[in-house]
Amino acid sequence: MSENLKMQVKDFYFYYAGSKEPALKNINMPVYEKQVTALIGPSGCGKTTLLRSFNRMHDLYHGNRYKGEILLDGENILTDKMDLIELRSKVGMVFQKPTPFPMNIFDNIAYGLRLRGIKNKSELQDRVEKALKQAALWDEVNDRLNEPASGLSGGQQQRLVIARALAVEPEVLLFDEPTSALDPISTAKIEELVVQLRETVTIVIVTHNMQQAARVSDYTAFMYLGELIEFDKTDIIFTSPKKELTEKYISGKFG
Amino acid sequence: MIYNPNVVKRRKIRGYIALLLSTFAAGLGLFWLGFILFDVLRHGMSAINLDLFLEDPAPPGVPGGGLRNAFVGQLLITFFATIIGVPIGLLAGTFIAEYARGTRFAKIVSILSDIMVSVPSIVVGTFIYAIMVMPVGHFNGWAGAAALAFIMIPVVLRTTEDMLSLVPWTLREAAFALGASYFKVIKDIVYRAAITGILTGVILSIARVAGETAPLLFTSFNNSFFTLNMNEPMSSLTVTIFVYAMGPYEDWHEKAWAAAFIITFFILIVTIFSRSIIYWKYKSKS
Amino acid sequence: MKKFLKLPFADIIFALISFSAAFTVLTLIFSTILVLYNESSLAIHKFGILNFLFTVDWDPVQEIFGAASSLYGTFVTTVLSLLIAIPISIGIAIFLSEISPHIMKTPVGIAIEMLAAIPSIIYGMWGLFTLAPIMANYIEPALQKVFGDIPVIGKLFEGTPMGIDLFTASIILSIMITPFIASVSRDSFNLTPNVVKESAYALGATHWEVIRDIVIPYAKLGVYGGIVLALGRALGETMAVAFVLGNNHQITPSLFEAAATITVTLANEFTEADTDIYLSSLFYLALILFVLSFVILAAAKFFLLKAEKGYSR
Repeated sequence: MSENLKMQVKDFYFYYAGSKEPALKNINMPVYEKQVTALIGPSGCGKTTLLRSFNRMHDLYHGNRYKGEILLDGENILTDKMDLIELRSKVGMVFQKPTPFPMNIFDNIAYGLRLRGIKNKSELQDRVEKALKQAALWDEVNDRLNEPASGLSGGQQQRLVIARALAVEPEVLLFDEPTSALDPISTAKIEELVVQLRETVTIVIVTHNMQQAARVSDYTAFMYLGELIEFDKTDIIFTSPKKELTEKYISGKFG
Repeated sequence: MIYNPNVVKRRKIRGYIALLLSTFAAGLGLFWLGFILFDVLRHGMSAINLDLFLEDPAPPGVPGGGLRNAFVGQLLITFFATIIGVPIGLLAGTFIAEYARGTRFAKIVSILSDIMVSVPSIVVGTFIYAIMVMPVGHFNGWAGAAALAFIMIPVVLRTTEDMLSLVPWTLREAAFALGASYFKVIKDIVYRAAITGILTGVILSIARVAGETAPLLFTSFNNSFFTLNMNEPMSSLTVTIFVYAMGPYEDWHEKAWAAAFIITFFILIVTIFSRSIIYWKYKSKS
Repeated sequence: MKKFLKLPFADIIFALISFSAAFTVLTLIFSTILVLYNESSLAIHKFGILNFLFTVDWDPVQEIFGAASSLYGTFVTTVLSLLIAIPISIGIAIFLSEISPHIMKTPVGIAIEMLAAIPSIIYGMWGLFTLAPIMANYIEPALQKVFGDIPVIGKLFEGTPMGIDLFTASIILSIMITPFIASVSRDSFNLTPNVVKESAYALGATHWEVIRDIVIPYAKLGVYGGIVLALGRALGETMAVAFVLGNNHQITPSLFEAAATITVTLANEFTEADTDIYLSSLFYLALILFVLSFVILAAAKFFLLKAEKGYSR
């Protein structure tokens, strides 16, 4: 089984606006296609900062700077030439808090599609249904698609958001601590979903919950104070890590 | 991925146009402001001279004279309006922010005050006319002051309420723990903490009524002569502007611009000054 | 109650005084309605309610009075000024909350609020001496040339453009109410949670699409509140309109004609009323205006309170 390289982070530094010290230092790491890669580490280690670089969320706020390269299918996404809309069509994101838009369920899922110019009613309906099924939410909502999305429970809203991201057929899906605001049952459902989805999309997931990383990911990256300490297959990281710091974190000695 | 470069191009263009229009709207707003202020400045400055403040009006049609009676009248009316309106607003705001905090009564008073703030000021004028001018038989300065006070009360009430609510409850608790009565706590602790905000609110309310004309139209009315007697009709800058601007004489128009200039810049400076103080003091809370 | 009486003397006095001060607010509002009603009763008995509302005549000589012409002017100026002000104000709010570079936000915001601080009589004067001539000499003739011959719409632009008319009055009013809508909308826009906006960006939305599809719908209630508040203000404006409206009691479809609003009628005629029925009818107008603005302002407050509640969820 040879794994393809979907993304490659090369000599990557990141500076927040107005800061002379880099928040991320010298990151070098692969992201393999159709695998789940987890980013773990104590609070403030930079895992979310790194994740948000993959779809250039930092660009929204004036003054942030990237240094180095992040390659997606061999192409550097950090250049000025890169069209952010095209990037975000390939790389989607799910956030920590469920963020349904102020519209009904159907329109939420269809939002990304309508933006892209898909107007045909039946095409929209097919795609919305497909996305909801992929997110394991179809059975629960198919009879109330025109009710406001805000009426759903937290776990359902998060799956709605996942379906919304899936509807535009991204190649990579980024998850930023997707279950930290959810109850254990919803968390389990989402974890199940993540594992299933890797057959269709490449997944990078940030989590502060080590057990979750061990459960769902194929590869794990351990970060500390803005640096990548160790990257390897998840089994190896959790059973026989090579760096002392990794071992300390895994065994709960800090963070 | 689903990606159509033509669609994206159209979306981006539409976006740029929309954002450009918004910026244009902001520019338009600034343009009106600049235009109006510039005009007031231009017309007003040329008519300002010392006589304006020292002389009383000349007979209609005769050039010269000043607006001494209007300035003094405006000051008197505003002064008495403040004396009546501010204490009532202050005490009322204190009551609903302290003793009655959280009660339905407080909520009702607060909401009604907000509504009162925006009630047409000319209607206030008719109300005061009915209760203070008709019984006496003639216009008088007290009625003008009362009309302005009517407007000031809800303004001062709301700012007092807001400023007092910003004082953290823990501050009061600490004083209670020391055995102080509520009145003492309010007087010594809470007021002191909120004094800047409250004072600024009072100043803003004065600036607000200083520019009002409609409530004075049938309360203090107008007086071409100088008087300090509040029982008589009294002239005010604002009503004078109204009468002079609508009148036929060029000289009157000039004086109206001068008065307009003085009022406008007084109000703007006071407003900016007070707002800056509030912004500065409560920067973290905004 | 017992606990209350055990308090030190100063406390009791202070509490009672401040309570009566608070009660004053209620007293003032109720007395206003009562007094206005009382003074209008003569006119109410003579003209009734519906009849008064729909009578166009306003004839002091024949002693026939009706609110329709004043209401018409009030209605037209208010609606027209809102139509002009709303898009511009929302544009300003979008600029302030989404587009403006950080340094510019405060000064431009203050500048817009200064528009609100300028006394309405200044607007009136400026309207009379500066805007009206521009309207009469340039803008209104131009509009007549462009639209005058079109069948239905042409009626709006009939008549000799003097500058003292519904159109000029509405423009001045729109400038006056712009800061109200703009600052309330701007505050509402600023309350949109960042995460939701980021979610839209993550789907590849452009800046404008995020504003249009997320920020504005999220802020709906606040914006409505601001608009209704501006409506209430426009309704009760006197001085800004008095100079440029002309106080002509008529109902005509043309915007280039003089007209009357309740406020302008009151301002011009209150001190001239020489008969009891005349004065009573004027009070009647004042009562109608008071009730109207009270209802509208209460609705505005309702929207704004609901908007507040929604955000703290």
